[in-house]
Amino acid sequence: MTEPKSAGAKEVWITGIGIVSSLGEGLDAHWDALSAGKINIDEKRFAPYIVHPLAPVTFDAQIPKKGDQRQMEAWQRIGTYAAGLALDSAGLKGNKEILGRMDMIVAAGGGERDIAVDAAILSADARGNSSPGFLNERLMNDLRPTLFLAQLSNLLAGNIAIVHGVCGTSRTFMGEEAASIDAARIALARIEAGQSDIALVGAAHNGERSDLLVLYEFGDFNLTEKFSPVWQREDRSGFALGSAGCFLVLEAREHAEARGAKPYAKLTKVVADLAQRKQPGAVTKSLEALWPKLGIVDDSGTLITGATGVEPVTSDEKAFLRQHPGFAVRATGTIFGHTLETQFPLGLALAALSISRGALFPPNDPTGLEVEKAGSPDQIVVVGAGHWQGEGMALVEAIK
Amino acid sequence: MSAPRDKLGRPIVVVTGMGVVTSLGAGKQDNWAKLTAGESGIRTVTRFPIDGLKTTMAGTVDFVTVDPFSSTGLTERLAEMATGEALEQAAIGARADFPGPLFLAVAPVEVEWPQRLELGRAVGRTEFGYEDMLRVSGGGRFTAYHRRFMFGSIASHLAETFGTKGSPISLSTACASGATAIQLGVEAIRRGEADAALCVGTDGSVNPEAMVRFSLLSALSTQNDPPQAASRPFSKNRDGFVMAEGAGAMVLESYESAIARGAKILGVVAGCGELTDSFHRTRSSPDGKPIIGCMRKTLADAGLEPEQIDHINAHGTATPENDKMEYNTTAVVFGEHLPKIPVSSNKSMVGHTISAAGAVEAVFSLLTLEHQRIPPTINYEIPDPAILFDVVGNKARDAKVTAVMSNSFGFGGQNASLILTREPV
Repeated sequence: MTEPKSAGAKEVWITGIGIVSSLGEGLDAHWDALSAGKINIDEKRFAPYIVHPLAPVTFDAQIPKKGDQRQMEAWQRIGTYAAGLALDSAGLKGNKEILGRMDMIVAAGGGERDIAVDAAILSADARGNSSPGFLNERLMNDLRPTLFLAQLSNLLAGNIAIVHGVCGTSRTFMGEEAASIDAARIALARIEAGQSDIALVGAAHNGERSDLLVLYEFGDFNLTEKFSPVWQREDRSGFALGSAGCFLVLEAREHAEARGAKPYAKLTKVVADLAQRKQPGAVTKSLEALWPKLGIVDDSGTLITGATGVEPVTSDEKAFLRQHPGFAVRATGTIFGHTLETQFPLGLALAALSISRGALFPPNDPTGLEVEKAGSPDQIVVVGAGHWQGEGMALVEAIK
Repeated sequence: MSAPRDKLGRPIVVVTGMGVVTSLGAGKQDNWAKLTAGESGIRTVTRFPIDGLKTTMAGTVDFVTVDPFSSTGLTERLAEMATGEALEQAAIGARADFPGPLFLAVAPVEVEWPQRLELGRAVGRTEFGYEDMLRVSGGGRFTAYHRRFMFGSIASHLAETFGTKGSPISLSTACASGATAIQLGVEAIRRGEADAALCVGTDGSVNPEAMVRFSLLSALSTQNDPPQAASRPFSKNRDGFVMAEGAGAMVLESYESAIARGAKILGVVAGCGELTDSFHRTRSSPDGKPIIGCMRKTLADAGLEPEQIDHINAHGTATPENDKMEYNTTAVVFGEHLPKIPVSSNKSMVGHTISAAGAVEAVFSLLTLEHQRIPPTINYEIPDPAILFDVVGNKARDAKVTAVMSNSFGFGGQNASLILTREPV
């Protein structure tokens, strides 16, 4: 079904999946929620901004030491938790031999600011309290000394190493949505080429942050007032930030077979692009150029996209989807909100989960773009287009 | 004839272009002259008020200006300068059409204080919170700050400017980032995915909050006067690192492709290695095993024995813990051979360029191979008796150097090493 790999490329299996999100935690909870068409939004906390809040989670289950939890900001707890779920699902928890040589690529943003400290400094500045050393003194006195470590991008990986013992290699990619597309792409390429046997790949996002809302409000990207599915936002463009963590264990087939691991699916291809979006329709062209690289020959199938609901990229993506009318589409953005770095791993995870469950979850879209699809999917295309840049695509397939 | 391969049958990865900017100056020539003369780029900070700070000096790059100023903007400009120099030397591809991917080591990006203060003043009240700032953030007034403070903004700017191919990767492995960027490039070429890769490390983040953050972790030297004497790697009276800015850029190519286009080969990235420490967020495992393992993995990757390394470009931050740990672990790996290896830390002069350090020091390591001269570790007046390195103290040393190990260690258990050679091994 797909184009031949370069000679000797290893087959790569997805042997572990960990998800925690606004819908809950774990694969069963997510499958049930997806099947029931559940969506969890909070319109009040940051009103008029809408967010998809993290479902209640007992972090102790994956992060047993309270001291570890205290050292982390919410995004790190979400990610460390999801990573633990993925290792559990792969049957690797506590397997020191494998964890000690496991490669890790985390796609990360940064941690939350101390909102109260910022607000106090800014208010004082507005009252004219701005002697030369004012900012320095307030920061020196008011910042919690270890807050920096809870904000540093590479410290999600650091915490996963400390809490779960994943300590072969550790790399953190940054750059919003594209970071996790590249994380999956590089991890896959390394395993295919024999540079790695097994890798933990994923991301985490805390969407319940006023400092992030400010950052995206600079670009008028936030969805306000009224929730609607991503395909219905042309007139009120925007994304609702979502909290979610998602990690995958990717493993060379031989390595998985040798330890008797049960795969969910195989990851066949990950491709990425950086379209120059100043030109109208650039994302449509980019996705069209990525499509043939997946090597799909059928003109019907299944596609899971992280479409954000912001414009013009969502309309560009719709134009691309119209070129492939035989594909049943599901948009994770409607269900989970926009989870930035987590967008792409979430798409991969839901594709692998659907393949392993032998069904595609039902549509959640009154516009009719998403249609019912019966039967067991053999192949699922995963699409991720960033809200401002970065495009990627992957092919997840059933193992025959 | 089959393509030339290394001992493990992989394509050999060579360097055909290098660029560097530090507090010492712009470009290889200026940096090398000052580095080997033992000059310090550390100075009292003038970019912002230093009142109330415990540490008041840094290796700022003050001769580069960006308008409007932001650390992210400066970081981008430093990367652009180093890359421009590297590409000019490599003479590869066409203008703005680099024939390979970009791997960029860069500090995490966030909204900075000048912009945050501007936003706060736009609220028009004297007591307010983020919810009030949120109300004035949209509508187009601050659109440029979205673009500026996206994590991927520097890489996309470089990708567009230099025409690198595919999705550019921005990465952080804290103080090991620069080495990781080079490692990712090496791996891509070894996989046969690319014939060339652009690997850049950049950091322009000396700003009040960054200094406060490291200060609160007690990581910075407070020996402010004179600033040039603050960074004292391997000395008994060392008390922390000195924050600094800079960028290093390297054009990596497969040996085959470099030879085919007649490019001058500046050196070889013979080996890379990394190994994570899961002991603590900021401290190394007391037994040093992850660092020892990292160096050994790197030797194995290069197919070299410890006896074949004849210089170590140390991480050498001048924090009490790093230098001691670096010595203890290096002593285990190199054993009886260690006294024969001259060791030096560029950070004594340029400070710690954080995200850029691995790339900057890889460039300096290759210049060391080219000139057969090892830059000194300055401020080495009171050797730490517990650190028995053959430190190249205070004065540059001529030496036969064929293979350099360059080490980088960072918060979050990040350890990465590179081995650079003059010729393929």
